[in-house]
Amino acid sequence: MTLSLNSLVGTIGSLLAKAVEPIFVALQRLLGIKRLPWVFLLPNLAAVVLFSLLPVFINVYYSISGSDRLYPTERPVIGLDNFEALARCQNFLDPSTCSQDLFWRALQNTVVFVPVQVVLMVLVSLLTAVVLNRDIRARGFFRGVFFFPVMLSPVVVALVWKWILQREGILNAAFNGMGLQSVEWLVRPDSAFSWAIAVTVWANMGFYTLILLAGLQAIPRDVYEAAKMDSASPWRQFTRITLPLLRPTMLVVVVLAVIRSVQTFDELYVLTGGGPGSATTLIIQYIYERGFAAQPRNFGLAAAASLVVGLVLLVLTILQMRLSRKSYNG
Amino acid sequence: MTIKTALLGAVAAAPILAMAGAAQAQDVVSLRYMCTSDVGGCEIWGELLEGFHEANPGIRVAIESVAARAITDTLPLQLEAGNDAPDLANSIDLGGLNPYYLDLSPYIDVADFEQNFGQTLPWLRGSNQDDKGVYGFQLYFTVNGGFVNSTLFEQAGIELPGSDASWEDWAEASRKVAEATGVQFPMAMDRSGHRFASMAISYGAELVDAAGQPVIDDGLRAASQQIIDWNKDGTMPYELWGGTGGTVGTNMIDDFKNANIVFYYGGSWYLGQLERDVGDAFDWAVVDQPCGVAACTGMPGGNAVVALKTTKHPEEVAKVIEYMASDEVLEEFLARTQSLPAKQSLIDKGVEYGDVSESTAGALQKFNEQLPKITEAAYRFQGYRFQRAMMNGIVQRIGQAINGELSLDQALERIREETETAITAAAR
Repeated sequence: MTLSLNSLVGTIGSLLAKAVEPIFVALQRLLGIKRLPWVFLLPNLAAVVLFSLLPVFINVYYSISGSDRLYPTERPVIGLDNFEALARCQNFLDPSTCSQDLFWRALQNTVVFVPVQVVLMVLVSLLTAVVLNRDIRARGFFRGVFFFPVMLSPVVVALVWKWILQREGILNAAFNGMGLQSVEWLVRPDSAFSWAIAVTVWANMGFYTLILLAGLQAIPRDVYEAAKMDSASPWRQFTRITLPLLRPTMLVVVVLAVIRSVQTFDELYVLTGGGPGSATTLIIQYIYERGFAAQPRNFGLAAAASLVVGLVLLVLTILQMRLSRKSYNG
Repeated sequence: MTIKTALLGAVAAAPILAMAGAAQAQDVVSLRYMCTSDVGGCEIWGELLEGFHEANPGIRVAIESVAARAITDTLPLQLEAGNDAPDLANSIDLGGLNPYYLDLSPYIDVADFEQNFGQTLPWLRGSNQDDKGVYGFQLYFTVNGGFVNSTLFEQAGIELPGSDASWEDWAEASRKVAEATGVQFPMAMDRSGHRFASMAISYGAELVDAAGQPVIDDGLRAASQQIIDWNKDGTMPYELWGGTGGTVGTNMIDDFKNANIVFYYGGSWYLGQLERDVGDAFDWAVVDQPCGVAACTGMPGGNAVVALKTTKHPEEVAKVIEYMASDEVLEEFLARTQSLPAKQSLIDKGVEYGDVSESTAGALQKFNEQLPKITEAAYRFQGYRFQRAMMNGIVQRIGQAINGELSLDQALERIREETETAITAAAR
């Protein structure tokens, strides 16, 4: 006697269904048919509460408590002292006058890094998606090539670029080969910051290219054909057809890119360590160093800083969505 | 017997065999030893502990080889969380991790440990002068020191500065050699608060007073200003202290091994690397400690093997530690890693390092000669419970001063504040 795998699975499934049916029938009688779906949602909700919401509440407690102890029960409540320490500044534009100068330096760096990196990311991704949407040779290959860096670990990305950009790296070797002097790319604050942006754009653009490509492919072809019949130039087609119809996808890309950009940590920590000085230290590195690398570990201050960042992100996201909804509705 | 009977027999026997295996496993105590891989000692401990396993079949030590940063960054969190922590570990934050150490006094020969490790046991006791606990033993001493590429000096036709040469003398000589030979960097120092402390104390810095408070004085100011100036004028490579961010400790020992640096200030733990990697590519030597206005001292340091409170097998851990600290085993470890002894009986007897190069043999002798010259201020700073907080501050803030983000006064003030914050937080 042989049993196929399919019929075996089917048999087991039927047995299980028969076993649980009385339970759900009883539940339906108890709760009513409208409330029964909650029973199926509860496991997922429990996971979200346990692994997403509960850590947020614990984080809030850390932000209002002190000492270097790890367990919440061993930490005394100190009120808003941590927030007050973050905000204590004589001149907010000069971090060296602030009690937590590194927080303000990291914040300033992030405020510059995020818009520049996001705009560059979106532009490069859009351009790449437009090119990949055309009927070019080896299109499938290039789509894979542009997505490949996304699959790499951020540490690998950073190490590879560090080897390229270091004093005796490939880039300087190429410069020397052309008779030019080596450049200390990661040692000067301005060039280190620029390369930080370039490396993160390179590492992540494939993901957004894919999303934009999907958006481009969703635009009906006949719209472009109609435009061609009206002698519309490629630029006019791009600005009057492609961009407006791509707006919902662009909104998703921008929101995701902003969130991802604010969360940048791994690549820069390995690439520059946040240096030179604190020139490429972003806010997440500050939070990590306060909470895990500093002596003593200041979980309270790190938690307070993370809440500030979270709130700012939330406000930004809501603003973005409202503005886009307004312009979409005209 | 049919195949079906054999299969049924195997299926029936499997649980019985598994239970027997589990029962046997329950008789063996498994210990975890978190070992730092920096001097390549973990593989050697793997071999040396086989002798312990043969003599103690009921105890098995599993070695976890980790980078030094894992000990300073991750281990404290594991210990604080209380689970998944090892039974014993290497400790380089000697006094800082004191709250997590297990006092082995009930399980070991305390008199023997006091006699042989009396000088360094206080380092493991943190800032508590009344603590008489024995928490482990100092595995080896390290001493900070200067390495020179003697071949470059010969090629440049410049004599090595004498035994009482100052930091400035070495900088001047190294600059001349670099210019004459076309070497890129005259001088470099590990990006480390510990290395910098050697220079600072020689310049007259106290760093920490007898009450355990950080001291910002003229000596620290002078040393900080000197290192800032050397980074700006090209004596030291900007990329090391100025170009790295945060509290990340880093080095350029590879550039020294590639004859790209004339004078490198590091420490005795580099001996194994230099012995292995330089070979006869060039002659190198360890020189006498550069002098400042107050002293010609290096910082002592090293690695300790400590027992941790989280262990469920304190007696077994004590046995392992006594074995590791025994003369025969410890001497072999030190010889194979070219490390300096911290155990008094081995200091008195001397360690047979075997077949090492002339450079390494000379270096070991030079480091041994420097041990008695280490100042009290250096020992006090090494045993300071908040040493790591202060060293992190030094590295980060002087780096910012080099980059112009902070003035020197601001940097020194931040170092003081951050150390005091550590003291306050520990008291809560």
